[in-house]
Amino acid sequence: MTQKNDIRLDRRGFLGLAAGGAALAAAGAVRGETIKTSAKIVIIGAGAGGTSLANRLVARLDGAEITLIDPRKAHLYQPGLSLVAAGLKPAGYVVSDTKDWLPTGVTLVQEAAAEIDPEAQTVSTSGGTTLDYDFLVVAPGLVLDHDAIEGFSLDMVGQNGIGALYAGPEYAARTWQAAQKFTEEGGTGLFTRPETEMKCAGAPLKHTFLIEDLARKAGTRSKMEVRYAAPQGGLFGVPIVAEKVRMIFGERGIETSMKHTLKSIDAGAKRATFETADGLQDMDYDYIHIIPPQRAPEVIRQSGLSWADKWTDQGWVECDKFTLRHLRYDSIWALGDVAGVPKGKTAASVKWQVPVVEDGIVSAISGTDPTERYNGYTSCPMITRVGRAMLIEFDYNNDLVPSFPGVIAPLEELWISWLMKEVALKATYNAMLRGRA
Amino acid sequence: MKEMTLSTLIAVFEEIFGRGLFWTLVVAAVLVTLAYIYVLIRDRAVSWRKFLTAQLAMPFGAVLAVWFLMWITHSSLTDIGGPIDVIVMLGVAVLGAVGAAILVYTVQSLLRPPQARDDI
Repeated sequence: MTQKNDIRLDRRGFLGLAAGGAALAAAGAVRGETIKTSAKIVIIGAGAGGTSLANRLVARLDGAEITLIDPRKAHLYQPGLSLVAAGLKPAGYVVSDTKDWLPTGVTLVQEAAAEIDPEAQTVSTSGGTTLDYDFLVVAPGLVLDHDAIEGFSLDMVGQNGIGALYAGPEYAARTWQAAQKFTEEGGTGLFTRPETEMKCAGAPLKHTFLIEDLARKAGTRSKMEVRYAAPQGGLFGVPIVAEKVRMIFGERGIETSMKHTLKSIDAGAKRATFETADGLQDMDYDYIHIIPPQRAPEVIRQSGLSWADKWTDQGWVECDKFTLRHLRYDSIWALGDVAGVPKGKTAASVKWQVPVVEDGIVSAISGTDPTERYNGYTSCPMITRVGRAMLIEFDYNNDLVPSFPGVIAPLEELWISWLMKEVALKATYNAMLRGRA
Repeated sequence: MKEMTLSTLIAVFEEIFGRGLFWTLVVAAVLVTLAYIYVLIRDRAVSWRKFLTAQLAMPFGAVLAVWFLMWITHSSLTDIGGPIDVIVMLGVAVLGAVGAAILVYTVQSLLRPPQARDDI
């Protein structure tokens, strides 16, 4: 872990923030007794979900053979990408080494999962290894379908007013190069989001808010038009939050183009084409932020694990939304972005999902009934400007489920919520990776 | 938020500062506190003169704590958005003030043990 000491804070200052740290520091389930087993557990993906689960399973199971499959050597703290793309953190802030987070006693196969055979209970890797499993957890994350935006490719990011912060730390840093130029020179800024399910649906809004705020602070706000363009009809999936965002947009003069789906860009002419109910519509821009459609990795879609009648163009894993267990294969669980559940493609959701999958597997091994359920909990520290955020937490019912009701109001733009995002969130995330939160 | 335990909080603190720095800070805090208790017991009384000097450090400690927190989090006083923010800021200021006072008092007492005529 290389970033451990990056955030340093005055001791007294931090003590004052104890409540802040608390908000995102939820403890895991009370650990049960260690269970002796020789079960073979394969986890596809060593991201937030896979790593956290591996650490917890190691603590619960004695003798289990746990293997993680992930080709990527770097672990990415994805909640930090928005901060990188606003020039508030360096690219290195989100990068660490996957191996540093894994417990001893697990095997990491640094190859991609190439094929899953849920009938034979095997996973084949890109290197030709075939692994048998008794229990399989699919947590490979999702893929960003950049090719779906015609005329766009990742090498364009950072130049000609093109940003794409989701693509990774370097791209997020390059996004800031393009966005910074926009905050200095003004013009028209288009902030988009895809029509598919996506990870952290608050991030497109955060980027809009942050860049608008930075322009305001730079004294260039009057020289620009800021426009949020999205395929959806509302600004956020949770209606009460959507209304709040609409009001803030109104106060800040941020225009919207709803039911606009980005289809292509002409980078030379700085023109974006959107699909609307009235056909294709062109818009000129000086800065555009692109978030491409998002789908389950090909290996998941090819293996027959996806929903057959939902999200058919996206391929999320068919699973019970409360237990995350696959509906057709008892030995398989979905975890994280790839899970075919209505909410929860955030790191905070992963923190709530991991104990559920852990409980499911441990219960299956010990022959008891699982008790943990995932209620759709999703958290979004919605940054509205540098220095303020709204701590929005909700569940499957679109109910707000604030951690500190009456103390930290979810729909208020607060400094304390910003402090949590800035200071406590990564720490809590890291503790989660180690299975300690 | 599901549940909160001391071990979770410790884990989060360790991640924020790094394990080494966190426990160093804890040890430093404990040492200053112990030194403070030590001089109180040794002198069998509070030296009000030293206490007055220590009080002078309080506004500086308060301002310094708030300033440092805002500096490190890219925020400013204009970001205070609601009552809880004011409470947090005052809390930080109070902790900074009290910490500074204890530190200054203890350092004075350690450097200059009470004379026979030192007022009590």
